[in-house]
Amino acid sequence: MGEALLKVEKLFCERDDRILFDGLSFEVHAGEVLQIEGQNGSGKTTLLRILSGLSRNFDGEIYWRGESLAGVMHDYRASLLYFGHQPGVKATLTPEENLNWYAALHPDIDAAGIGEALERVGLAGYEDVPCHNLSAGQHRRVSLARLYLSRAPLWILDEPFTAIDKKGVAEKEQLILSHAARGGAAILTTHHELTMTGLRRINLDHRAGTS
Amino acid sequence: MSEMATNKPAAALERRPGTFRAALKRDLLLAFRNRRDLVNPLVFFLMVATLFPLGVSPEPAFLAELAPGLVWVAALLATLLSMDSLFRADFEDGTLEQALLSPQPLMLVVLARVTAHWVMTGLPLTLMAPLLGLMLFLPAEGMPGLMLSLLLGTPTLSLIGAIGAALTVGLRKGGMLISLLVLPLYIPVLIFGSGAVQAAVTGLPLAGYLALLGAMLALGLVLAPLAIAAALRISVSG
Amino acid sequence: MPRWFYQLASPRWCYGITGKLLPVFAVLAAVLLLGGTVWALLFAPADYQQGNSFRIIYIHVPSAILAQSCYMLMAIAGAIGLIWKMKVADMVAKSCAPIGASMALLALATGAIWGKPTWGSWWVWDARLTSMLILLFLYFGIMALHAAIEDATTAAQSTAVLALVGLVNIPIIKYSVEWWNTLHQPATFKLTERPAMPAEMWLPLLVMVLGFYCFFAVSLMLRLRHEILARERRAGWVRELVECR
Repeated sequence: MGEALLKVEKLFCERDDRILFDGLSFEVHAGEVLQIEGQNGSGKTTLLRILSGLSRNFDGEIYWRGESLAGVMHDYRASLLYFGHQPGVKATLTPEENLNWYAALHPDIDAAGIGEALERVGLAGYEDVPCHNLSAGQHRRVSLARLYLSRAPLWILDEPFTAIDKKGVAEKEQLILSHAARGGAAILTTHHELTMTGLRRINLDHRAGTS
Repeated sequence: MSEMATNKPAAALERRPGTFRAALKRDLLLAFRNRRDLVNPLVFFLMVATLFPLGVSPEPAFLAELAPGLVWVAALLATLLSMDSLFRADFEDGTLEQALLSPQPLMLVVLARVTAHWVMTGLPLTLMAPLLGLMLFLPAEGMPGLMLSLLLGTPTLSLIGAIGAALTVGLRKGGMLISLLVLPLYIPVLIFGSGAVQAAVTGLPLAGYLALLGAMLALGLVLAPLAIAAALRISVSG
Repeated sequence: MPRWFYQLASPRWCYGITGKLLPVFAVLAAVLLLGGTVWALLFAPADYQQGNSFRIIYIHVPSAILAQSCYMLMAIAGAIGLIWKMKVADMVAKSCAPIGASMALLALATGAIWGKPTWGSWWVWDARLTSMLILLFLYFGIMALHAAIEDATTAAQSTAVLALVGLVNIPIIKYSVEWWNTLHQPATFKLTERPAMPAEMWLPLLVMVLGFYCFFAVSLMLRLRHEILARERRAGWVRELVECR
């Protein structure tokens, strides 16, 4: 196995006087899919926000391709696709406008593929409908269409399957697997029972250390 | 090797020139789709100006003397009240997170947001100011000074206000707090802005005031996006 | 970066060193303030125009100077905390705000008391008083923002950004207010040039300013030590400290 894409060392984080995790270390290699498990409130979302670089209230070190994250932030952001708690979709814009804006923020994305990506998530015909006219599941699918557009090697997905039907989940699992097969990596949380093989899991329960 | 491995840093560093334009286009489109909200600061502007004759005195000579300051204070308050919502919707629906995670410079995205805000509030306020000038008996000679000073001053108000909006975006009780943070910083703009109108009324040269307002705008354009971007990262991180 | 810089970054080391410095500065502050007050009130000559009422400058001027220095320190400490993620710097910045605000308030109150016999009214829109009032507003903003944010790190970083924005603005505010009101007294006391006052008048003022600085150091250290204990309450050395008592 080569050098880890993402390496986390001795991560410590507390919120509201509660230690979420202490001494958390792991590596994510190309081709891996990592599932973060834990009860509600165990800090899954917080961990993903830390890994994405959004949250900086933690102690410990994170390395991207062997270099300290703080020094290669621009590079890291270009290599990251983050699907957050909020889908990041503007209700007053159409799915196409939303994705166009996302494409403008990520130079590696070819805006010409937006129509096809929307088709892949089952939103063909909805390109020009403002998102507030869409259902919650469709809303999230607009955001998930980014998975078909992005060429970023690292995907961080926070509950990507919420409000998605069974068939959709199976499709997205396949997508994540083929992303890994192409040399990418994914870190995700979900309440769904995943069927994909080769999944690695980290459980955050009882991670609070000895304090 | 896979196609991902060829995603070299050099390729990632290449910046798409259209980030600012795309962000501005999106923000203007959003404002256009929510255009009913655009009238609110203008109506507020008008109402504040109405309060003074009712609360103080309708006497033309008296109002004419106060008019430069009154119009400026009203414009300042209207801008201030429109600031709180600047980043709030983006924060709540997660698009702000996505903007922060973009490899494109956050300052450009932020500058686009402030520009859109100014086009939707500061500019209409400037265009509407002569009406308030008339209501408050501002002498006709003062009108060019009023419009020019607002044209140069309101963008600075938007830039400074955006710092306050960025600092309070994660807080539930943002509205009152943002006024506390921003009002003291608005004072120089108010002083030189209303000073310019007064100078115009009395026939003194305007250029000096406008140069000062322009200098503050230039300083704001350089420094405020830095502060706004830093504040947004901190607010979202918390 | 020199070694002391890293040592400063350690709350424990900081707690220790301030514990040793505290009594020194407390004695200095007491001696200077007491001596300065006696000198200023009993021995300095009365002003030939204002009589004895001018003696309030011995409190007014030092508190005004302190209010400004305190803001500087707060902004610089905030910047250090922001750049090097130094917890102690965050705590210094947080401890500065209420002290600076009280100094600004004291300067305003003594200015008002001084204004009554001098200008015949409690409040005059004098440029320096107005600038001080705006400085007080800046302090209020910073304290309000700090109070509104629950997470200590986020609060420290947010207020640091605001303090730096304020720092850039203070000269602009000062200039604009001075321009707005050119009818102000020239600055009473400038360290850079020889003051117009006779030596027997400004020497006690200098003593008072030094005394105020020492007093500021004392109250800053007290607040800082309190802050360190509160933030580090789970650290081993704080527990040991508590158990030893």
